[in-house]
Amino acid sequence: MKRVSFVLNGKATEVEVEPEKPLLWVLREDLGLTGTKYGCGMAICGCCIVHVDGDAIRSCVTPIVRVEGKRVTTVEGLSNDLSHPVQRAWMELQVPQCGYCQSGQMMSAACLLAQNSKPTDSEIADAMSGNLCRCGTYQRVRQAIHRASEIATGKGARR
Amino acid sequence: MRIVIACCLFVVSAVLYLTAAPVASAPRDDAAAASAFGVAYKVFMHPRCVNCHPTGDSPLRGEDSQPHAGLRLRRGPDGQGVFTLKCTNCHQAQNQQGVHMPPGAPNVLKDGSLDMRNPRWHLPSAKIPMIFQGRTASQLCRQLQDPKQNGGLTTEQLIHHVSTDPLVLWGWNPGEGRSIPPLSHDEFVAKVAEWINNGAACPK
Repeated sequence: MKRVSFVLNGKATEVEVEPEKPLLWVLREDLGLTGTKYGCGMAICGCCIVHVDGDAIRSCVTPIVRVEGKRVTTVEGLSNDLSHPVQRAWMELQVPQCGYCQSGQMMSAACLLAQNSKPTDSEIADAMSGNLCRCGTYQRVRQAIHRASEIATGKGARR
Repeated sequence: MRIVIACCLFVVSAVLYLTAAPVASAPRDDAAAASAFGVAYKVFMHPRCVNCHPTGDSPLRGEDSQPHAGLRLRRGPDGQGVFTLKCTNCHQAQNQQGVHMPPGAPNVLKDGSLDMRNPRWHLPSAKIPMIFQGRTASQLCRQLQDPKQNGGLTTEQLIHHVSTDPLVLWGWNPGEGRSIPPLSHDEFVAKVAEWINNGAACPK
């Protein structure tokens, strides 16, 4: 067992777990944050994406020791009042169908927009190519990223 | 256990590097140098090496050097990937167990020690892409000789790189389901050193 300290959704957090335990399972089992989903377990589908120091890492293959001293943000931490542009756009356009992949989709979208405030369709297709959706919500995801970009850049009036 | 093995590999490689350091006064032997490079070339052209030294803008994978299926990966200016798809978003400081699981290698700290928590996984930069894929032995040899094309490495640094870089060493510890190069790492380093110590002439 190893004690690991990090900042989770803005709060200092410490866990004592096996050092190789994936971050995903620490979040879900030890810390009760179940918004981050288990999909493939092989870093392919993107359901488990969280931010570690701003990068969209796949928590299903990330040993907990990697986040020692770092900032981890899960879908629950995008905002505490649903005000994040990605959350607002996702609700406005009713993006999810079954919803299982959507926390990963939103975390990728938020990561993209943090680095590129007005992405093109091609840049969105590149950035979101690591997030699979069996319901096929890809078009709504793309529309919502454009909409979140508008909201974040001050063109936030509801359509 | 994996940490111990990685540390041992690192120490052994450092010793190899020290013993393989170029001999400045060694007589030039173009035939021996070219022959040694020709042997080492088999390693450079192995998928474990070529997959991260591709001709294009995206990393390759597998024994047949295919693009990562479905993922629209880009090299990015520093070779680390872009936006949501940076190499170390999936690749960790060590191999994940199981077939088709992401391989990984540890980062190197400023003091030269291995950082077993944080990964080192990237392509060469866009500015100096160090392409191996499709190069003939002669072309690759000239590329590796040229500091403008080899990342600014001197011959000593080139031997150090192939001796100790965790990404190079990973080629011989690539995880389940992946083949290793046709020479051992020791043999490979010895051939690179032999090439350099004999004057670093290139095959025709």
